Amino acid sequence: MNLTLRIWRQSGPDQPGGLTAYQVTGISEEMSFLEMLDTLNEELILRGDQPVAFDHDCREGICGACGMVINGQAHGPERTTTCQLHMRHFSDGDTIDVEPWRSAAFPVVKDLVVDRSAFDRIIGSGGYITAPTGSAPDAHAVPVPKEAADLAFEHAECIGCGACVAACPNGSAMLFTAAKVVHLNVLPQGAPERRGRVRSMVAAMDAEGFGGCTNTGECATACPKGIGLNAIGTLNREFLRGGRR
Amino acid sequence: MALTTHPPRAPLWRSTVGKKAAMAVSGLVLLAYLVAHMLGNLKIFFGAGELNGYAAWLRTIGRPFLGHEWFLWMARTVLLAAVLVHGTAAYQLSRRDLAARPTGYRHTRARASYATRTMRWGGVILGLFIVWHILDLTTLTVNSRAEQGHPYQNVVASFHTWYSGWIYCLAMLALGLHIRHGFWSAAQTLGLNSQHGNPRRDRVLKLAANALALLLTAGFLSVPIAVMTGAVK
Repeated sequence: MNLTLRIWRQSGPDQPGGLTAYQVTGISEEMSFLEMLDTLNEELILRGDQPVAFDHDCREGICGACGMVINGQAHGPERTTTCQLHMRHFSDGDTIDVEPWRSAAFPVVKDLVVDRSAFDRIIGSGGYITAPTGSAPDAHAVPVPKEAADLAFEHAECIGCGACVAACPNGSAMLFTAAKVVHLNVLPQGAPERRGRVRSMVAAMDAEGFGGCTNTGECATACPKGIGLNAIGTLNREFLRGGRR
Repeated sequence: MALTTHPPRAPLWRSTVGKKAAMAVSGLVLLAYLVAHMLGNLKIFFGAGELNGYAAWLRTIGRPFLGHEWFLWMARTVLLAAVLVHGTAAYQLSRRDLAARPTGYRHTRARASYATRTMRWGGVILGLFIVWHILDLTTLTVNSRAEQGHPYQNVVASFHTWYSGWIYCLAMLALGLHIRHGFWSAAQTLGLNSQHGNPRRDRVLKLAANALALLLTAGFLSVPIAVMTGAVK
């Protein structure tokens, strides 16, 4: 199939950017969106132009590196990561707009690459459990209820791709932070630092310049891992209960 | 040596989550008042004596412990505080939210519900309406044919001007939308609906939000519509 792409090109963080139109031809339906961009980049390189910069790594939907806003939707029309989005979801002759994640906390580095280190700083502020290192703990030393294990695992699925921030009209990182808080707070291993964790992570999230939550639900709709909106409810409850035991 | 890995608790108002909680609580206070206000309004359908008597009684609540209109002024103080907290938090959070998305997308899709998308402007409309409503039926400043102490006659006089009825109806529709998203949103903000493994609770809260919005809007609208159609004279 033949497509018209309008891609956000920006040569550097402080440079002005804009959408540039490209024609790509001979795209197969089995290609992923990133493979389609690879095809374009090969042509650009042969022409002596700068290839389109975009983040990618595992290309199997589990690392969270890739992500772009395709026709106004984070990761495009399917509920998956951009690398797992296939070209069969588009039709011959389509015009596709491709933009980077837009958030004050995710500055554009180049083209479709944004700096998501704000997420790392949120994790660094409390998205861990404090454990002595050096020797592995005995297996099953801490019994974990099945429900807690399932709930923690569902929320540990978050790959930190940032689609929630990109989709949120307020550029809010609440779903990301909530997924991490639920993941760690429901586990007995995370319980001792439960209160402080929420406080620190919310403070770090606010300090990065993310917006607040207006319960719009766009984040949960865009999340390729299906993290639900009620994670945010749990984050709120954990935060408000922060002062009490 | 033990390390302190987490900072002490910061004031709630300083964080986005805390501000939202303040908004949720003040919103619920206002909502509780609106339910009482709407039920009181329905007295108009029982005649001038009933409504005027009810209005006079409101001024005597708590007597002899409280003086004349003391309860009313206490309620007004609480309501004013709730409106100020609600509005200030909304303003500050909105500024922050808009700043968090400095560059927009080419496609503006509307996937969230109409009620969700109109919370900010709906809130502004409601704020302006509250000012108009007080000037119209409390201080009677803009209600030229009104007389202090005769609320029934004042309501009829107000809704006999074409604009007053329409302002009122428009504001009540905005109110319904605001409550539809606001009530459920408050529950989510206070973490009341997040019983994992219990999706029923969330559904019940959404249903309650819709029911509250519908009942309040219908109840409030019944008064201007009754006056405008001549059912209440």
